[in-house]
Formats: sequence, C-alpha cells, structure tokens
Amino acid sequence: MELWFTENHSEHARFSIKIDKHLYGADSDIQRIDVFQSPEFGRFLTLDGLMMMTEKDEFAYHEMMVHVPMAVNPAIKDVLIIGAGDGGIVRELARYDTIAIMDMVEIDEQVVKVCKQYLPQTASSLDDPRLTIYYQDGLKFVRHAKEEYDLIVVDSTDSDGPGEGLFTREFYGNCLKALKDDGILVNQLGSPYYKADAAAMVRAYDKLKHVFPIYSAFQAHIPTYPSGHWLFGFASKNQNPTNVSSEWVKLDIDTKYYNTALHIGSFALPNYVGDMLK
Amino acid sequence: MDKILQQRAPIMQAMEELRIKRVVPFDVPGHKRGKGNPELVDFFGEKTMSIDVNSMKPLDFLGHPVSVIKEAEEIAADAFGAAHAFLMVSGTSNSVIAMIMATCKRGDKLLMPRNVHKSALSALVLSGAVPVYIDPGLESNLGISEGMKLADIRRAIDENPDATAIFLNNPTYYGICSNLPAIVKMAHEKGIAVLVDEAHGTHFSFGRDLPISAMAAGADMSAVSMHKSGGFLTQSSFLLLGKSQSPQHVRQIINLTQTTSASYLLMVSLDISRKNLALNGIKIFDEVGKMANYARDEINSIGGYYAYGKEIINGDSIYDFDHTKLSVNTLKTGLAGRKVYDILRDEYDIQIEFGDIGNFLAYVSVGDNMKGIERLCSALSDIYRRHGSDKKLAINYEYIHPTIVATPQEAFYAEKELVYIRNAKNRISSELVMCYPPGIPIIAPGEMITQAAIDYILYSKEVGNNLTGTQDEDVEQLYVLR
Repeated sequence: MELWFTENHSEHARFSIKIDKHLYGADSDIQRIDVFQSPEFGRFLTLDGLMMMTEKDEFAYHEMMVHVPMAVNPAIKDVLIIGAGDGGIVRELARYDTIAIMDMVEIDEQVVKVCKQYLPQTASSLDDPRLTIYYQDGLKFVRHAKEEYDLIVVDSTDSDGPGEGLFTREFYGNCLKALKDDGILVNQLGSPYYKADAAAMVRAYDKLKHVFPIYSAFQAHIPTYPSGHWLFGFASKNQNPTNVSSEWVKLDIDTKYYNTALHIGSFALPNYVGDMLK
Repeated sequence: MDKILQQRAPIMQAMEELRIKRVVPFDVPGHKRGKGNPELVDFFGEKTMSIDVNSMKPLDFLGHPVSVIKEAEEIAADAFGAAHAFLMVSGTSNSVIAMIMATCKRGDKLLMPRNVHKSALSALVLSGAVPVYIDPGLESNLGISEGMKLADIRRAIDENPDATAIFLNNPTYYGICSNLPAIVKMAHEKGIAVLVDEAHGTHFSFGRDLPISAMAAGADMSAVSMHKSGGFLTQSSFLLLGKSQSPQHVRQIINLTQTTSASYLLMVSLDISRKNLALNGIKIFDEVGKMANYARDEINSIGGYYAYGKEIINGDSIYDFDHTKLSVNTLKTGLAGRKVYDILRDEYDIQIEFGDIGNFLAYVSVGDNMKGIERLCSALSDIYRRHGSDKKLAINYEYIHPTIVATPQEAFYAEKELVYIRNAKNRISSELVMCYPPGIPIIAPGEMITQAAIDYILYSKEVGNNLTGTQDEDVEQLYVLR
C-alpha cells in the first residue's frame, strides 16, 4: 500500500509527499489540522490541507523571518508574534538573551496543543518564560496595542484562509500603530511563481507599501512550499532592511540557513519579481 | 407560527420534481436550460440555468396562483403572522407601490413622513393620491431622522380626518422604530389604514428581543424586503396583509405593474429563505445581534466614533431601536460619514451600506462572520488614526415643511419646462431629485423648490453623492411647471 499527501500548487500542478503514518487529524473550530510522518521530510504539519512546515526545511523559513530583523536591529526587546502556532519563530527568537517580551497571538489553540505533542523540533521553546500566548484574532490584538513593540513577526496562513485579515491594509495600519518608532514588521508574503499566488502576493505587498514609509521584500528557498521560492515583507518606520548591524556577528548565533551576506543578497530579487512589485 | 408547516418549501419541491422529469422545453426562456447560451452556463452554473424556467402548470403562475405558489404564500403568511402574503419579484419598491395603490385612489389623502423611499412617491404619481407630510423630526446630536411622534400623528389625523391611510418607515435605515401599536390604534379609531415600509425590518418577525413587527402591531399592510436583513436573492420581497385587506383586490393592483414572467430563481429564493428564517431565525438573529453589539463596543473604544444602540431610545420619536443595525455617528472624528464610506471602499476594500453627512451604516446580517467584523473595526481604527481630528463637524439641518402646490401626479404630467436647478427657486418641480443610496427624495414632484433644497443638491453634487431622478442625466437641469 502506498500513502501520499498531495497539495495542489496550481490548478494544473501538484506536489506529493510519501507518507509513513498519519499521526494526527482533526477539525478545530477554525480549521482542519493534520500531522504526518514522511520518509523524505520527517514530520510535517498541514492546515486545511496546505503545507505549513516540515521538519526538514522549516529552518529556512524560521531563520529568515527572525534573524533578518534581528540583524538589522539587535536591540529589539519586545516582540509580537502573530500566528506561528508551531513554535518555530519563538524558538529562533528565544536564542536572543536580549529579548524581554514575546507576545504570541494565535487564533487556534488546538494548533499549539498539537504542535507541542507532535512537533517538538519547533515547539520546544513554547514554554519559554518570556512568552505569553494569547488565543485570539491577530487583527483584534493589534487594534488594541499602541507603540508597544520593537518587532512584529507575522507568520500566517495564506490570504484566503483564516489568515485573511492579516493581509489587509487595516492590519498593517494597526501594526504601524502598535510598533515603536524603530519598529520593524516582517511577514510571509507567499510565492511569486504560480499566477494566483503571485497575484495575492502583489496585493499584500501593495498594501504594505501604502502603510509603511520603508518597505522591501526578501526571499528564501523553501522546497515544500509552492514553487519553493518564497517571499517575505520587511517594513518599518526608519530601519533600513539591508543595514546589517556589526553587533549581530558578535552574538555568535549558529544558523543553518541565515548569514549576513545572504541577508543582503536575499533582498536582490529576480527581475520578473521586481517588476511585479514595482 | 407552525414549525411543521414551515419546513415545507413547495416551489423548490416542484422545481426539483420538474428537473428530475427532464421535460423537453418547447417554451420560453429560449436559452432552454442554458443549452442555447454556453457563456451563461459558464458564468451562472448549470444548476442556476436549469431552474430559470417560465411559469407552467406544475409550477403555478404568480399572477393567479392556484397550487404551489398559493401554498408558498400561505406558508409565508403563517411565518409572518399575516392574514395573507404575496411573493414579490420586483423588489420592495413594487410592494410599496402596491400598498399605496391598493389603499389610495386619485385625490385620497395619504399621511406620510417626508423622508420616504422614492417608491412611495412613485406610487403617488401612479395613483394620484395627495400626500400630507408629517415632520419626522431630527435627533440633533446625531443628525438623523427620528421616528414619528405620537402628538404629530394625532395632530395630522385631527387636521385630516378624511385621510385614507398613513404610511410609515419602520425601522428607518438607521434602525429607529416608532410606537407602532399606539399609531395603529390611533389611526384605526378614525378608519385610517396603516401601511408600513418594513424594508429593513424583515428579521423582526423571526428573531427575539427585537422591535415589534408591523403585522404583530396590527398594521394593515407591510412591505418586507427579503434581500436585506433576510438574506434572500436581490429583488425578492413579500407584501403582507392584515385581516382588513382583500387579497383579491391587492392581487389585482399588484398585477397592474408586476411582470407576468416572474423569475423562479427569486420565487425559490423566497421559499428557501423563508423556511430558513422560520426554522432558524432566533439563532440567526441572536448571532447577528451579538456581532453588532460586539462591533459597537469595539468601535466606541476607538475614540471619535459613536456607534449608537438602545440608549438613544426616548419613549416616543425613538420608541425602539433595532440593535442589529450598526449605525455609526462620525461627527466627532472630524470626518463626514460619507467620507468614511468612501475611504473604506477605496482604501480598505470594505463596502458598507451608505454614509451621509454625519453617519454611516454597516449592514450586519445572516451572512456575516467575526472575521469581517474584525476587519471593519480595524479599518475604522486605522482611518481614525490617519485622518481623525478633534474638529467636530457641524450639521446645519432644518426641516423645511414642503409647500405642496400640486399632487405628485398632476405635477408629473403637467405642462413643464427645463430650468437649471440653481435658478429653480420658488418654481414647482415636476420631477424628483434624490441621492442613491439611500433613495430619499430631496425634491418631490408638486413641491415648491426652496433655496435650502437647491443648496443641498449643489452641496451633494460637490461632495460626490450619486444624484439621480431627473431626466437630465447630469442633474444640472430640472423640469418645473410652466
């Protein structure tokens, strides 16, 4: 018997992973949650049938979402994390002793429970004493925050799922309000490759543009995401995204994907992507 | 309401039976279940096209129902607590026209507030009835029209004991309700029929802790717009009758103006959605009320905005408030309601119902969820952050009692000439001018045109309101009586 997980990357292209075992599957109030064991990618988490992370390639995503802003401003102390129920973002942030507060807003408590049980590789830091988890809508949370955070990391699902509200102008506008003057926002923007993904990515980026004085996009290679080519947004009031602080190297943080040369290079986008974002 | 009866949807059932039989169509519509026009099928879907059929024996005929439509009307009447219900497929506008034409013939007096929907004035043009206007009053802090004061109605009745009917908006667009039971009692003592434009109050018959519905208050007729709070397909409506009215007479009036090729999509929608409201209405409107209350609290915590609720009730002109309406006053944000309406659409991709000078209305209904509510609240918060100011907007609004020189019908058909609106002071209008939405006329046919009305039209044009009603598409010129 062969068991395969398949995700449609476009109407006409699919991506399949051979499965050893279906470890968990249930509907929460918000979405369908599944965890699989696979020979190629280790354990992986899907929400509503869409790939969220695999043990094999999650390091690229989580390192880029965290170390890029941290290298621009190593003085970051207070961090707001939206989504990120698998714990990967918190794990990377927790490596900085200088971080004082991590407020994480996850809409689905069940995701956190499942990840703690089945995905210890990412969920290992979810009991860090600096972390407070709020189970509510991220859009609502930022609406009530004012100049409280140095960094907001938005690790959301796609713009047509439960994460819809996190790709809107009202969300970015309220994030701007929730950030201190040196604040930075990093979010996942999706893939520039398949047509529908690219259109959603451009829409989200355009909204970011309208809200923040400084904005830019950077990329990473994440094999299990549609097309493998993934973009992130970097937005701030006054921080230059490629201005890597010399302090960061001194922290001696051991990374598997990120380095400061790659940091600068990751903002150099292919021409076809640059044209889309103009 | 008979819950067992309400589980039935006879028109839908008849359509299902017809579909299974695969009847060969040699009748209209000519697309023949979509086969004649593949592009339509692509766009609407096969199922939709397959039920776009014409009246036939198994499906009954709306103009003279004897089987499934008749049954659907009886079940609807039971759902609304009415003596009779008519399925309407030309919108609540047509229901309003039918109510007035069924009760008022040429020369009959109709008591009504001036801020009625355009369709009521159309009915006056068609029937030749004479309007007698009652000032609805203005809530001066918010700048919105109130309901009717009992004393004003008493005075109007005393001054016009020969009036045939009284016409009311209940609730208003913003959710304000009048004291319907008292008004009905007062009118019925003088033999005056009570007609209610209940376009925005469909849910009153199905939820709980909501204002009283027109039928429950003893009104003679009510027009309910099913596509608004009811969540039906656009253009579907019910006309409800109390015991005093003859269904045969009203049917005849409806048939004067309603299509003979009634859309089965709309009729099935009335059938299915009536069933849904009757069986699940309490749960649905509890949920809608909860969402609206939550949004009100969140919006009021932003600053500047005032999302009002039941606290504005005053026992008379605001006798009750429909808490499912999310009406928000913007005067203390320094922004016009209309401006917020535009910014929400242009910059946040959020479409609300309408905005005027100092208020806007976001329609919360059976189809909403918390995700959308959070977006709306967050967008309002962001708009206030970006554009809000302490400068309080002033509204200068004064109700000018219209001077009626001719009935709307006489004015509409009179010898007339075209003049520029700015030069039309003291002329008698032959046309109506209104902003849409909300569709309430600024000038009605037969009225003396005041400088205040001219100023209001010019101001509305300047701020980009969508003006309409005149033959002149640019609403620069207006026909007036010679």
